[in-house]
Amino acid sequence: MTADVVVAGRVRRARHWRLTVSILAVAVVVAFALSLMIGRTFYGPEEVLRVIAGQTVPGASFTVGVLRLPRAVLGMLVGFAFGLAGVTFQTMLRNALAAPDIIGISSGASAAAVFAIVVLQVSSATTASVLAIVAALVTAALIYVLAYKDGIVGTRLILIGIGISAILKSLVSYMIIRAAAWDLQTAMRWLTGSLNGATWSRALPLAVAIAVFTPVLLGQARHLDLLRLGDDTAAALGVRVGRTRLVVILAAVALIAFATAAAGPVAFVALLSGPIAARIVGSAGSLLVPAGLVGALLVLVSDLIAQYAFGTRYPVGVITGVVGALYLVFLLVRVNRSGGSL
Amino acid sequence: MTTLVAPQRSSDVATPRRPVTARLAWLGVVAVALLLAAVASVAFGSRVVSLHEIVSAFTGAEDGIGQAAVLGRLPRTILALLVGATLGLAGTVLQAVTRNPLADPQVLGITSGASLFVVAAIAFIGLSSPMAYIWVAIAGATVAALFVYAIGSLGRGGPTPLKLALAGAATSAAFTALVSAILLPRIEVMDDFRFWEIGGVGGATYAKVALVAPFLAVGTLICLVSARGLNALALGDDVAAGLGERVLRTRLVAAAGAFILCGAATAVAGPIGFVGLVVPHACRLLVGVDHRWLLPCSALVGATLLTVADVVGRVVARPSEVDVGIVTALVGAPVFIAIVRRLKVRAL
Repeated sequence: MTADVVVAGRVRRARHWRLTVSILAVAVVVAFALSLMIGRTFYGPEEVLRVIAGQTVPGASFTVGVLRLPRAVLGMLVGFAFGLAGVTFQTMLRNALAAPDIIGISSGASAAAVFAIVVLQVSSATTASVLAIVAALVTAALIYVLAYKDGIVGTRLILIGIGISAILKSLVSYMIIRAAAWDLQTAMRWLTGSLNGATWSRALPLAVAIAVFTPVLLGQARHLDLLRLGDDTAAALGVRVGRTRLVVILAAVALIAFATAAAGPVAFVALLSGPIAARIVGSAGSLLVPAGLVGALLVLVSDLIAQYAFGTRYPVGVITGVVGALYLVFLLVRVNRSGGSL
Repeated sequence: MTTLVAPQRSSDVATPRRPVTARLAWLGVVAVALLLAAVASVAFGSRVVSLHEIVSAFTGAEDGIGQAAVLGRLPRTILALLVGATLGLAGTVLQAVTRNPLADPQVLGITSGASLFVVAAIAFIGLSSPMAYIWVAIAGATVAALFVYAIGSLGRGGPTPLKLALAGAATSAAFTALVSAILLPRIEVMDDFRFWEIGGVGGATYAKVALVAPFLAVGTLICLVSARGLNALALGDDVAAGLGERVLRTRLVAAAGAFILCGAATAVAGPIGFVGLVVPHACRLLVGVDHRWLLPCSALVGATLLTVADVVGRVVARPSEVDVGIVTALVGAPVFIAIVRRLKVRAL
């Protein structure tokens, strides 16, 4: 009797999860399509499809095929990577504010890229990206090592991350203030996060990284959920806590590194996606995929707003940052009303 | 849930109070260091000027490079001393008010609030009087501090060091995004701001010093008057209330003093981080935890630290300069990390 109830509940929750994830996926596709169609010139769905199919359409071939398509694809990938990695960190560290960009992991990538552009005068975007990826991994390793003292404690990891990111940010400021005006433009992309100048060569490495590391994270999803109960409980339930945490951190940091190298640290996407996904999905199942989809949606929609809603074309990171500010206010209002916990 | 707790300070329980003579001796040592730092700040700069020329500038030689250097470096030194003292004091008060060993105007996002308000005021209401900058910066500092404290207090466990630091980092990030949103379409504001936001005392003039001095005096006075109350707060809210301390009022008054200091310092020198974090920890080692000693000591140590940092910044990258905010971050953040590593983790 009780078993039936449990099974029925499980089936219902699984159905709910599938439904919400499908809806999210459809929303991402719609946003993707819109960002191909909308712009200074509007192209209908038919023209866009013909361009994607490889036909030559006067005007649209260039605008959609060369400008909008790589941009939309990159936006989607970056959003997915940040969303997935963000919710991973939030779950593992059990804190809604402990997103990778807040605890300093992407600041390593930014600092390295700015260093490459301003000091080394590197002109190829690929070299800067490679340096950014390496630096993000090194930064994460450094934070991990410094936080290691009789094992890893999430609290210490977060605080040390904040300290490291303060050092890196001050180095970036030093370089920025000395940058020549023409370098400044390129360097700024690495500080706010922007999809400007998106090309296939920038999107491709990120796509590969997502293809490699998403399965790794999904494979650890169950263990990750158990980690939410606390390290001791998780260990008692058969999770090898240290190993799970290391694998998860490696995969998530790699995603962050590649995404940051491709588009800069798009502010708050990693922080916002998890909580939004949790509100949509509820406790029905794993948050990893929904958070990735929410991240993709967030970046695509924010980029549309950033490009066309104002007189100035903003980098997408500015809009997501403003959304993040609103989210913090919302967090205050909601918790003050309902007495929930952070 | 996991939180960090401060390690029991040696003077909390077992050890007897530090003798007054020892404290006085330490204050004397710090004062001498301060004097040396001030002398160094006038003597050394990004441009090498011989001591002889500097001395002759003071003794009334009319012309020469010595006089030019002194004219530039004297107000700069005074401003560095004032801002350093201010930040040290504000940091100590913030750590006492939040009972948080990691509190610092920058870590808590207070300086980012001051930046945001100043930029918004320049961009939207065309604010241009330096006096108005200070008021706006104080307002921004206050709003940001309350915002961060509110977010950091959400949920179970109240405002732990971890939650406050995270809330501060997140708020800083959000405010930075707002600042870019305001600045990007306005190139002319952007270039001024690029230099202001780093934090430095390079552009010091006597006019600036005179302008900010009254604010610093008021803030300092409020903080010093709260010393006794802060001592009571250190025992925990319940005990403090039991001893007849009006906990909320003490907290608000002391915090208001700290906000005035932070806002005014940020308005003249830009956001300078980690002085407020490092100084209280150093001073507790020197004079113990009694705020009646701790506060004056932090002012002296803060002034010394910032002046030394400024001198170092001028000397290391000759002929250009490294702004003092960058030097303090490079020195202060490792200390922050060291403090975090020392904190004990208690699983509740």
